[in-house]
This record gives sequence, structure tokens and C-alpha cells, in this order.
Amino acid sequence: MLELDDIQYILLTRAPALTGRYVFLSFQNPEGGRAWLAGIHEKVHSVQAARASIEKDNRWVSVAFTWNGLQALGLDEASLATFPEEFKQGMVARAQMLGDTGDNHPDNWIGDLASPDLHAIVILFARNTAERERCQAEHQKLIDQCEGVKVLSSLDLDAIPPLEYSHDHFGYRDRLSQPVIEGSGEEPTPGSGAPLKAGEFILGYPDEKDQSANLPQPEILSRNGSFMAYRRLQEHVGKFRDFLRENGQTLEEQELIAAKLMGRWRSGAPLVLAPEKDDLTLGADPQRNNDFTYKKMDPHGYAVPLGSHIRRMNPRDTGENMNRRRMIRRGATYGAPLPTDAPEDGVDRGIAAFIICASLIRQFEFAQNVWANDRNFHELDNERDPIIGNQDGTLEFTIPKRPIRKKITGLPAFTSVRGGAYFFIPGLKALRYLASLGSKNIL
Amino acid sequence: MPKKIKQNDWTKPAAMAIPKEGYFELEQGRYGPVFPKTPACYGFTIIAKVKPGKVDTVRAYSKTIEDAVAGDPHCLAVLKLHYLRWVLFDIGKETYFMYQGIFDTDFDKYTEDAVELFSITGITTVFVNLEGFPEDWKTNTPAFVKFVREHQRPSFLEYGEYPFVSADEIKKALKLKAAFSAMLDQMQ
Repeated sequence: MLELDDIQYILLTRAPALTGRYVFLSFQNPEGGRAWLAGIHEKVHSVQAARASIEKDNRWVSVAFTWNGLQALGLDEASLATFPEEFKQGMVARAQMLGDTGDNHPDNWIGDLASPDLHAIVILFARNTAERERCQAEHQKLIDQCEGVKVLSSLDLDAIPPLEYSHDHFGYRDRLSQPVIEGSGEEPTPGSGAPLKAGEFILGYPDEKDQSANLPQPEILSRNGSFMAYRRLQEHVGKFRDFLRENGQTLEEQELIAAKLMGRWRSGAPLVLAPEKDDLTLGADPQRNNDFTYKKMDPHGYAVPLGSHIRRMNPRDTGENMNRRRMIRRGATYGAPLPTDAPEDGVDRGIAAFIICASLIRQFEFAQNVWANDRNFHELDNERDPIIGNQDGTLEFTIPKRPIRKKITGLPAFTSVRGGAYFFIPGLKALRYLASLGSKNIL
Repeated sequence: MPKKIKQNDWTKPAAMAIPKEGYFELEQGRYGPVFPKTPACYGFTIIAKVKPGKVDTVRAYSKTIEDAVAGDPHCLAVLKLHYLRWVLFDIGKETYFMYQGIFDTDFDKYTEDAVELFSITGITTVFVNLEGFPEDWKTNTPAFVKFVREHQRPSFLEYGEYPFVSADEIKKALKLKAAFSAMLDQMQ
């Protein structure tokens, strides 16, 4: 049984929010950090609480810590040592393997996210801007009361119009393929696979190998927690649109190029099911828009190119041990949208996402290192993920086609990594445990 | 990698001298340094001491692998192998096991898949008879990987008569040759 009253809501629930703010914090002394945590942990929704009042609530809060942050709160060395190596090292130390080189290098990150002083994140999602501002003022009051708690930076999130469906700045419909956890009460949409064991995403439960070993200690700290990779990706919308215009003479051709890069039309309709023409109804229908495989339906990539984003990030029946590689994605868009006919204006806009999994090295890092950035994935030879891979202008993108394939050379980078970090997102009891470190009466 | 060796020219046999560390430039993978692709593709050579009294157990396991591959010829496909060589040899009174594999993927990338496969096919039964193999290997992939990396002896020379060619490309070429030959036969 999942302890839904202890798991932070964000692991299993999506808040009906149109705005949000991520606040990145540093604790200059353990007492200040713990005082801040004691002041905020009651605002954090459990899955159960969020579900019970999702219609009437206006804001949802999550709290997570870096390994340095756990140390800064005063967690003892013995406990700190039980965390996985990649989490201890942090995302900056793993940059080369993750493909965060060149323009994506941590030297180019903003908001002090590459700093070892990054200790915690507060993820606020709010129903509207007024509520966001109210929460921000409340939070600032709390911070002012806690000595040594410093805001390194913050990022405002805003959904992009049209608000009827979730999509990124490039216009691609989002949130179409999510794994479902056994016992969460959710039903997977057709094609999303059977529900997966909770231990793939939440610590303290058996995973797909029936294991729940090597958990951080003590148990109260790790149970119902998870790991979370944060990625802030700037989307170069002007450059993306220029690319479509250069590679497609008509609007239809441009839409097809956009669809080939993603593996779906921007409407969300999958190319496997709609290879020639967009199908808006299909794109918007969750009962159909994820219901496809590759091995039999599109083995050579004539519909979905082998190197396209969705085929890399979820190779479905053409990948090995897929149940050990799934991840939960959360996040939102930031920055003002670029008007349709406007040229690139240099404004920072993009997506700021969280990838939640029980093992960063087995799930997130594998996806990033192999699926996104292995140049030889599916024997492609000189390609990386066209949307999130590290692109330096020397790589290609192959579109299989009869009688002759189309090969785009010198693919530009449509996104740049502007920040990232590894966080541990504890359960609610664990938040109280951390807040009471150093006091005599723990719990 | 030395500039004089071109990766995309299978017509020119190539040899590559490899530095002591096993790589030219340190590039971190998920579990440690990444070893380079050479004219003989990727590969590793793991050498470890066999536990006393377990030599026959290790030797007998070759039959299990033979049967597993006969039963499902593609059971090792995920490893992208060209060749495997298992060798037992003595130094003094002790016996050592050498596991040499030549394959087409950087081992660091597919480590967990390999560990999973080792478990399914029983290759781990050989490993558990080696000294220093972690007892909790089933639940502790990083410890398994650490053992493999600590017992890996990088080559200092590798040679390829048809350098850098993958097993898939070889199979494709042979398939084409077979199809072409069948076509010629039918045209007679």
C-alpha cells in the first residue's frame, strides 16, 4: 500500500496551476535552515491531501534538497554517506557525462544553480498570478524570520496561451506519455504500458526487480521520498522557426519537419498513427494519442525517425529493460511567448522540468547519456536528440523516406541548458525529521 | 584518438597503441572513465582469481552458456557482441579466469542491461566464484560495476583488419551478399 498521506503530492499528482515559481535557497547555518523548514513543511501537500481538495486549493508547494543542502541542515556524516554517489556529486560534477558541455556547460548556467551553495528548492504552483504573488510574500516573510537563509534565485513559470492544453514554446503538446504507478489509483492511457512498481519512483517500496535495497538511512528519511533531476532548458524559438522555414517550402512541409524532429505533430498526434497528415482530434484524444509501438508498426522509422525525440526518450518495444528506465516528468514553461511572426528577440524562454525517479544513475542519467546524447543510438552514427541533445552544429538528423532518405546536416541547437541540479524530495515525515535535527526530541 | 586513424574507412587495416590508463583523454561515463573505440571496436578483458576449489564449477558453466545460446540464439543480443573468449590459466598454484569480450557498445552505457543479462543467462554464476565479487551484486549494481572495472585490464594495442566495423554492419553485408547470390542463381 502506498502511504499517500506521506508522499509529496508532486510525485503522483498534477496541480491545476497556470503559474508557478521555483525558489532556490542556501542555508548559511543549520539552525536557520531548520527553522525555515519547520515553518514551511506544513504547507507541503501529501498526495492524499492534494487529491482531497484539488478543486478548492489555489496553491501547491513541494520542497526538496541537494546533498549539500542535507549537510547544511546538519544531517550527520553517517547518514549522508548512505546516499547514492551520483546524488552526492551533484549534477555539475556529472556534466560531461550528461552532455552539459560547450554552450550547455555549468559555467553558462544562471541563477547560481551551479554553485555548491545551492541547498534547497521550493516548487510553488498556483492557480493564478495573484495567488502566486500572495504566496511569494508569505514565503518572503518566513525567510526574513530565519537567519542565514538566502534566496539564490527564483524562476517564474507561466503557461503559454492557448491555455486549453499544455504545450511548450515550440508549440508541441506536452504531457502525453506518463508512467502510472501500481497502487496509485490511476489508470494508464492505452499504450502507456502496465502500471509499474512503486519502487521505480518512490523509495521504500519494491521496484520492478522486487528490490528495495540500498536506501539512504535512517529509513524515516528515505521512505516515501524520491530523487529529482531539475533541468532548465532555454528554447530558441526564433532559430527553431527559421530552421523549419529553411527546410520546408510550404507550411505543410514545415509542420512535417517539426513533426519528424519530435515524432509527433505539434497537435500531439503521433506520426506512427498519422504519418502523412496532422490529425487534431487524434492529438487531443488521450485514449488514442499514445497507443502505438515501433517494432511492428514502424521498424525502419518511415513514420517516426529513429533519432526523433520521442523515439529516443521512450523506445517502447525497441528498448531493453524499459520498465527500469521510466521516469515521472513535472514542470512548466517560463518566459513570454515569442509572437508567431516575430524574429528571435533573445528573450530567455523555455521549460523548467523535474524528472523524478528512484535511481538517478539508472533512470535519468541513462536517458540523458544514452538516449539523448549517444551519437550512435540505433546505429545512427552522427546524431543526438534533435530537441534536448547536445548539438554543436556538426551533427545530423536522418529522416527515413522512400525511395531516398533525407539527411539534414549541421543541425542547430534548438535548446540550451541554463541550469540544473539533483534534489532529494523527502516524504512529509522525513521533512519533520530534518526540521527537528539537532533537537533532543526527534518527532 | 590519434588523428592518423580514420574511423570510417574499413578498407584500411589499422592498429592503435593505447596509453597505460586505457584511454587518450579522460571522459567520465556514468560509472567511471569511458574506454575508447579502437580498430577492434569496444571491449574489455576482465581478469580475476578463481576461488579455491571452484575451477571446475567455472569451467562447467561454459556448457550452460552453450545451451542457452542454442536455445535462444539471440539471448546475448543486447551486449552487441562480436566475440567472447573465456580462458582459465594458472599462476603458481592459483587459477585465474579471463573474460574477454569484443563488442560494439561502450560498456558504461549499457551496464545495467548487461548486469540484467548476466543474471538471466547465469554468467553471474561464474562471477560469484571469483574472489572479491560482491555478495550483494543482485541488489547493488554499482558494486557489480566496481568489481568489473577494478578487474579490467585495458589493452595497450588493438588491431582491426576491417577497423571499426560493427557486427550489425557485417551481418547486413553478409545478408546482402546472400540475397545477391540468390538473385544471380535465379537468373541462370
